[in-house]
Amino acid sequence: MPSRPPVRIANGQGFWGDSILGPIRLLREGPLDYLTLDYLAEVTMSIMQKLKSRDPDKGYATDFVRLIDRVLPELVEKNVRVVANAGGVNPHACKDALMEVIAKHGLQGVKVAVVEGDDIFGDLDSLMDEGEAFTNMDTGQPLADVRDKVTSANVYLGAFPIAEALDQGAQIVVTGRGTDPGLVIGPMIHEFGWGPDDLDKLAAGTVAGHIVECGAQCTGGNFTDWEQVPDMAMIGYPIIEAQADGTFHVTKHAGTGGMVTRSTVVHQLAYEMGNPAAYLTPDVVADFTSFEITDEGQDRVRIDGVRGSVATPTYKVSMSYQDGWKSVGQLTVSGPDALAKAQRCAEVVWERLAYDGFTYSEDQRMVEFVGANVCHEGIPIPEAGEPSEVVLRMGVKGPDRAVIDRFGSELVPLVTSGPPGVTGFAGGRPKATEIIGYWPALVNKDRIQPRVSVFTSPSA
Amino acid sequence: MANVPLSRIAQARSGDKGEGSNAGILARSQEAYDFLKEALTEDVAREHLLAINPGEVTRYAADNMWVLNFLLSDSLGGGGSASLKTDAQGKTHGLALLRMNMDVPDSVLDATPAPREDGTS
Repeated sequence: MPSRPPVRIANGQGFWGDSILGPIRLLREGPLDYLTLDYLAEVTMSIMQKLKSRDPDKGYATDFVRLIDRVLPELVEKNVRVVANAGGVNPHACKDALMEVIAKHGLQGVKVAVVEGDDIFGDLDSLMDEGEAFTNMDTGQPLADVRDKVTSANVYLGAFPIAEALDQGAQIVVTGRGTDPGLVIGPMIHEFGWGPDDLDKLAAGTVAGHIVECGAQCTGGNFTDWEQVPDMAMIGYPIIEAQADGTFHVTKHAGTGGMVTRSTVVHQLAYEMGNPAAYLTPDVVADFTSFEITDEGQDRVRIDGVRGSVATPTYKVSMSYQDGWKSVGQLTVSGPDALAKAQRCAEVVWERLAYDGFTYSEDQRMVEFVGANVCHEGIPIPEAGEPSEVVLRMGVKGPDRAVIDRFGSELVPLVTSGPPGVTGFAGGRPKATEIIGYWPALVNKDRIQPRVSVFTSPSA
Repeated sequence: MANVPLSRIAQARSGDKGEGSNAGILARSQEAYDFLKEALTEDVAREHLLAINPGEVTRYAADNMWVLNFLLSDSLGGGGSASLKTDAQGKTHGLALLRMNMDVPDSVLDATPAPREDGTS
């Protein structure tokens, strides 16, 4: 029935810090049409904004440029097109670095596109003057409360600008902030000529993009029945085989580790899920309860029947702001009586700090005994006995940097002035670090202009 | 009827969601899903996770995937970069729910293959 072979779209990077082996092996171990790479998280944007303020050539995912340097000849030879949100808050600097790499390899006529318009950090005041309140979606607070502390502000753009960049012949598309599934939907729009009114198809692309956006989390990574996952070391990264009618398969290259089953795919569908009937994106509202999911065996799962409805008139905005300071440190306490000694250690730290005039309220301080059920606090663990050792983990947070820094200097002294068996202080004295607050908000779509520009090597 | 951990008839995936987390419970069979849709209510989940999440619990169902999705509104000690907790992203909250012991009818157990060959979970 399909009049053309399906389009193969892989994701080789689930977040900034994911293994570089994902994309390298995807290119090496089987056929591919598109390689998508996701580098951005909320906190990442703020860190990049800070890097850019110190150096105007920084503020993007440098890992991406290193990756392209490694795989560029293979990319060009196999004509695999890349879509990556590696641009961060400085996509043109990222493009410039890519152009240098392309020139170094002596490759001519390679097209790199930049998708931008998501970064509204410099436009916040004028947008507020025009009536955008940027009310915090979680708390209802107005942005005015933290306006002077804001460190980054980016709109989640949709998939159509990415498709436009591909329409213009780009081999590599570099974007700033956009939705994660958009990296996968963009190639589908380009290949199949979908329009903004093809809601069911855009919703299908959204489901596909959501399944692969965290890389190996849909091919057996972070899977409940972990012992059943074959060859975890060589786990295959996911590939969508997309068809023009919106139907798609989730699969991976033959011979790679991990597995694609109904169960591994549903694991990822449930990840970061809110209301499954209304998954909001700038292009469509996708209904994750609408489709049929079929395990065809041999690492192939089919999804069809996805339904979508018209998108909202707003874009989501992700802002970060300076929200105070925190400090966390840890020591290891051996047995006998590991837990009791660690508890005494914690009391000693708070008492010494109080003697010196530094106190921290209940919600500004934290004590954990790692090894004595920290993650599943309050839930009885039948097989648990007295731990033979625990990691004492303590932390404080608050608005005053000096108060937070003072805490760190009372942890290490426990080694010589606390109970016996306190060790593992290799990290030294913990220091205050900035807390980056997250501020989710909305902005009317008509105030935002996504832009696409294409550059061809050699640039001169 | 047998008292078994939830992991005998379900799997889980969890992660951060704003200042809280979501824990998706994936039934291992249609029969397990039908049973859990009745038995694993917001109140039951909230009670079990009270020390982890002092906030609200909201449940959504996706019948096509046999998924019950639990949103925990205050499970990260402030959330994101403000959290001092080890599990600041709720990565382990799904497994926390799977540790719940439940009375499960034999008919559901018979229809649901055990995850391990020795029948344990």
